[in-house]
Amino acid sequence: MSINLDQALQTFIVEAHELLQVMEQSLLQLETEPADQGAIGAIFRAAHTIKGSAGLFGLTPVVGFTHIVEDVLDRLRDGSVAVDATLIAVLLKCGDHMLELINVVASRGETLPPAALEREAALREALSRYQAPTHLPETVPQSIQTVDAGAGTSAELLWHISLRFGVEVFRNGMDPLSFLRYLETLGQITQVTTLTETIPALDSWDPESCYLGFEIDLRSTAGHATLNEVFDFVRDDCEVSIEAIHEASDRAVSVASEWDAQAEQGPLTASVQRLPAASEPKTRDGNYVRVNADKLDELINLVGELVIASAGASLLARSCHNDPLQEATSTVSGLVEEILDGALHLRMVPIGDTFNRFRRVVRDISQELGKDIELTISGAETEMDKTVVEKIGDPLMHLLRNAMDHGIESADARRAAGKAGKGHLSLNAYHDSGSIVIEIADDGNGLNRERILEKAQERGLVASGAVLSDQEIYNLIFEPGFSTAEAVTNLSGRGVGMDVVKRNITLLRGTVDLDSRPGQGTVVRIRLPLTLAIINGFLVGIDTSTYVIPLDMVQECIELDVHQRQSSRDQGYLDLRGEVLPLVDLREHFSHEGSAGRRQNVVVVRYAEHKAGLVVDDLLGEFQTVIKPLGKLFGALRGISGSTILGSGAVALILDIPALLNQIVQLEARTAQAPYSPTVVAR
Amino acid sequence: MPITIETRDDSTCVSIDGELTIYTVAELAGALLPQMGGAPRLLLDLSQVTEMDGAGLQLLAVIQREADSGGTALSVTGQSVAVTQALELCRKAGS
Repeated sequence: MSINLDQALQTFIVEAHELLQVMEQSLLQLETEPADQGAIGAIFRAAHTIKGSAGLFGLTPVVGFTHIVEDVLDRLRDGSVAVDATLIAVLLKCGDHMLELINVVASRGETLPPAALEREAALREALSRYQAPTHLPETVPQSIQTVDAGAGTSAELLWHISLRFGVEVFRNGMDPLSFLRYLETLGQITQVTTLTETIPALDSWDPESCYLGFEIDLRSTAGHATLNEVFDFVRDDCEVSIEAIHEASDRAVSVASEWDAQAEQGPLTASVQRLPAASEPKTRDGNYVRVNADKLDELINLVGELVIASAGASLLARSCHNDPLQEATSTVSGLVEEILDGALHLRMVPIGDTFNRFRRVVRDISQELGKDIELTISGAETEMDKTVVEKIGDPLMHLLRNAMDHGIESADARRAAGKAGKGHLSLNAYHDSGSIVIEIADDGNGLNRERILEKAQERGLVASGAVLSDQEIYNLIFEPGFSTAEAVTNLSGRGVGMDVVKRNITLLRGTVDLDSRPGQGTVVRIRLPLTLAIINGFLVGIDTSTYVIPLDMVQECIELDVHQRQSSRDQGYLDLRGEVLPLVDLREHFSHEGSAGRRQNVVVVRYAEHKAGLVVDDLLGEFQTVIKPLGKLFGALRGISGSTILGSGAVALILDIPALLNQIVQLEARTAQAPYSPTVVAR
Repeated sequence: MPITIETRDDSTCVSIDGELTIYTVAELAGALLPQMGGAPRLLLDLSQVTEMDGAGLQLLAVIQREADSGGTALSVTGQSVAVTQALELCRKAGS
């Protein structure tokens, strides 16, 4: 049972996090559209569900605070409180506090630190302004009772609770006894009758179905609402009726239940009415299955092995010259490919959730900075690997803060420059040649080219007198310890960050670059691979070795004839329809021994704006490539991003095209200082 | 197997070792219920029960009901703390 509750608690924590996010998003929507009843409803339901579930686990600090929030939200819902900016600001902070409460109280089982308690007191104070002056739900029935009973000292009521559990209660992981146990903490259980009459005859009885019912007399100071909340968790699966009875005075009963009728529309209807709200997340769960991410990874790993195995089978089938067999294996390969696509798709999530989280960040920071900034989001439905989505959040946050802090000027400066007072920030995501591109654009002042160059020379990052393109200068800000901000604010400008951003993105096998126009703004472009596990590869052969080039980066293949070979080897580049195409001889690059084959081919690859030709011996065609990371031993190896196993069982190395192209660019930069060499890198 | 069933003379001794919960009730019910009615006396030893929940409670209630209707004399020879607590919670004295 304790195991059951632990699991339920974990579910509660996860759900509470989701609900709080829903609440935050709805609040932000409410800020732009104050009349949106749907958003108000969503916020109320989120708070209500959290309070109800927290009550079941006895998380009193969460219940206490959420109750007040819910109270205000209820008044917001019936229109007795109007939506305004201050209220939304307060409610957003309340959401933060609830998150902290859940993290501290529910996850770690600790009590709040004094600083958080102080915050809570301030929030309670702020909320109380929106509460009805006499609306004190849990104390009112008690005071009535006190007056009626004339006892004066005791505010205890005797409650009668009738419980009938549904057949699915056990299977849903609930234990009826835990509700009794919880009730015991609320007061004194004076009498319990366990009802077993509804248990069917032996031949139709299923030991895992629940047929239990209880009649409970409870003496407690808790109000009707509190008792009702105990059963929020099983509301769908059980019938509850809670009534107040009192031995001394019948009038107290009628008054108390009349008051309950006002507050809750009667105990029975309350449970019926609340049903839709409680079942809403249930139906949502019906469409989704929560799967442990590890299981998913395991599946994808297996599918990867399946791809390798099926490639091996096809290879064998082809060597057998058995037509039916070949046909069968090709059907299998087709299916395996579909499974692979499906499996990879399971891991894909839209980036929108991450983007939407930034609305709040932008709102808060723009207020803090006293700038008026609007965030536009597009391409939120663009899907990418879950791992990538999770890891890209921090770098994006940093870039956004930077753009707001340094990029966008204050409203006065903007007007002086002839721009609108309101700054614009946009987040955009789209697919491009097998990668995902995320753009963060602002319409601020742009980067100061001279200052960056000056600073770079000061720090010795650039030799004085070196000629750099604008692009190269702008990208200098990704160097470690580089910051040009005049003022160090608490947001950014301390010279840590941009290099960390770059490192995090590089870890995801992505790249980042930056474009800026003075006075018009800056665009940061992050390029990330679609998936981390499996790619479409293009096989090329040198000698007996096989290499894999990610197919998305291959543009075309051309044959290198004999006299072209001579000239291209001397010059290091090729005339590709009037374009200069730098060549890399992979045979030389990877120090293969032996002489080149009679015929050679050039594979033209492109990454971002760089293009180059790779000289290889053979073109071996497409191949579904399962990336196996190289061991730590090869960590320092450049130009190779991983390995894969071919159908034949041989190992092929996967070329790291971005790194290779970078090497060429750097090599070029070095030779560029020699006067005779022309610009080789095609842009 | 968390349940041992011995038949001595005219009585069946059943002892349950481990959980008496939703995780085990199906297995326990399957092993135990067919034994009912076979002997005039059923001795139930619950002293080794480590955990008990509502599903376990329900199983005990069914055993009791079947014993009553089948004319089997049911007696509990021992109960662990977990069983005592659960029974106390629903005010069902050891039956």
